[in-house]
Amino acid sequence: MGSLLQVRGLRTEFGSDAGSAVAVDEVSFDLDRGETICLVGESGSGKSVTALSIMGLLPRNGRVTDGEIRFDDVSLLDLSEPEMRENRGNSLAMIFQEPMTSLNPVLTIGDQLTEGMLLHLGLSRQDAAKRAVELLELVGVPRAEQIVRDYPHRLSGGMRQRVMIAMALSCSPALLVADEPTTALDVTIQAQILALMKRLAAASQTATILITHDLGVVAEMADKVAVMYAGQVVEEADVFELFDHPRHPYTVGLMKSIPHLGADDDARLESIPGSVPALANMPSGCRFQDRCPSVMDRCRAERPDLLETSTTGKHLVRCFLYSGEQAAVRDETTTAVAS
Amino acid sequence: MSAATTRTAAAARSAAARAVAASLGREESYLRSVVRRFFKHRLAGIGLVVFVAMILVAVLAPLIAPHDPNQIFDEFQAAPSSAHLLGTDPVGRDVLSRLVFGTRVSITVSVGAVSVYVVIGVCLGLAAGYYGKVVDAVLMRVADVFMSFPYFMVILILVAVIGPSLLNITLAIGLLGWPVISRLVRGSVLSIKNQDYVKAGVSLGYSTPKILFQHILPNALSPIIVNATFGIANAIILESGLSFLGLGVRPPAASWGNMLSDAQSITVMTSQPWLWLPPGIAIFVTVLAINFVGDGLRDALESRETKSHR
Repeated sequence: MGSLLQVRGLRTEFGSDAGSAVAVDEVSFDLDRGETICLVGESGSGKSVTALSIMGLLPRNGRVTDGEIRFDDVSLLDLSEPEMRENRGNSLAMIFQEPMTSLNPVLTIGDQLTEGMLLHLGLSRQDAAKRAVELLELVGVPRAEQIVRDYPHRLSGGMRQRVMIAMALSCSPALLVADEPTTALDVTIQAQILALMKRLAAASQTATILITHDLGVVAEMADKVAVMYAGQVVEEADVFELFDHPRHPYTVGLMKSIPHLGADDDARLESIPGSVPALANMPSGCRFQDRCPSVMDRCRAERPDLLETSTTGKHLVRCFLYSGEQAAVRDETTTAVAS
Repeated sequence: MSAATTRTAAAARSAAARAVAASLGREESYLRSVVRRFFKHRLAGIGLVVFVAMILVAVLAPLIAPHDPNQIFDEFQAAPSSAHLLGTDPVGRDVLSRLVFGTRVSITVSVGAVSVYVVIGVCLGLAAGYYGKVVDAVLMRVADVFMSFPYFMVILILVAVIGPSLLNITLAIGLLGWPVISRLVRGSVLSIKNQDYVKAGVSLGYSTPKILFQHILPNALSPIIVNATFGIANAIILESGLSFLGLGVRPPAASWGNMLSDAQSITVMTSQPWLWLPPGIAIFVTVLAINFVGDGLRDALESRETKSHR
């Protein structure tokens, strides 16, 4: 049996009047139980679309046109909509970015918390209500007994996100997808929510896909990281490896553009010039070529593949700068196989 | 006590109540704030009392009416007297009793017809708004077709074809009234379906009907309630009109409309006002009362106050 979640060569396209646009291309990664992978990248890099593809929640004009998503050895893309609905909220759960609008204003917290449990776990109303209170206590909502009878407008953003986490975890999902769960919260609440998610995921061995554009969050939460750019994974590595030895010029650029406390007062923060190319007119060759400080002729002509660059750990990079090392790894594995 | 002092006293009391509620750390519930805002509208309160009284009269008609509405007395076209408080009609039936039983017809037809078209309108509106594309286009074009008919004429012809009866006019009004409601619902759904909580519901694996009726509909309820209230008033007028033209409830059953048709004769009009004034006033007062209720509900439900005093 392989990993809990295996994504292979995922390609998701959106149809529009002007033709179809590829939002996610050649995305592959594995995720084990209890493991957290962070998808990092700027807006429009395909992080959310990757997550929605896994959940089967793409908007009506979007669809997966290539690749495979295996979850618990079942191909999710082959499931019918009712089967997929059975999984959603049950073994696959999702947390959204905006806690302020993710709860229905006309239903009580208790109603919304118990709904999924009644549906997926077949609990009785009393048991579900009891478990709702336990869940709220678990995620650190004070006065849980009273809060279940309250409407969402009485809770702050942080409290609402805790409720959303409780809802997502109510059916003990094997995989939790969190799409920028802390972006809308202030920094102290962010830290609390992240710590909570980390603790709960570890306790229940839930695999987590965390989408973020905040490298601080990545360092805090991730076991491994996939850096996405223009719909592709450009670098994937364990979190320490990635922070210690970023390889892809894009990742290096991202690292440099984080403000540091120790930096010179007058030093300007580095940034990556330019912006992400539009989905409709991706350059041939490497997608990062126009913004890359070390661009070569080859980058404009050929498309780089995501290849292993390390013989010891796992460190995949989509860049020609490392073609020497990639070749070395390849030689070594082939000789290893041959011998 | 003068009206002005009662008003200030009432205002002070409600302010005090709010202050107490705030000091207890609980802001007032949504329902209670709606009720408070509704009754701040004085005419709405009066309207509600009148409407509830009408419903009671309709329900308790046999107990309230002094006589059987179809019983024929010896004195016909008699002026109001102690025996017949509102006199008798040309056949010799007690006008007050007929008026009381006429309330039943008006309330049944109006509430029945509005229920029919609210159910149809809500279902079609939800479907059109949520599924969009072809479903939306087809349903809304059908609604356009329905709305482009002259409403009263179609009902008139429909009732003439299927035959006048209580059930038939209820159905005729009910089956033609849905487009307005479905447009309202569709409009609300279009904005609500993009809310995050709907997406969250989908991501939790809820079925589409559950999302539509449990998550979207409650958020779209206030315009529906307001519209339905005005619809009831409208249906009462329609029913009276149909009965007046002889296409409503069949005589000898009493209805405000067919009582009014007695006023067609100039002698009745000039010399026997007890035959047509009571049903006329009943229609006028009921419709006015319901419209006040509708106004009050609109102010109470659609006020932005809840959003501002969080």
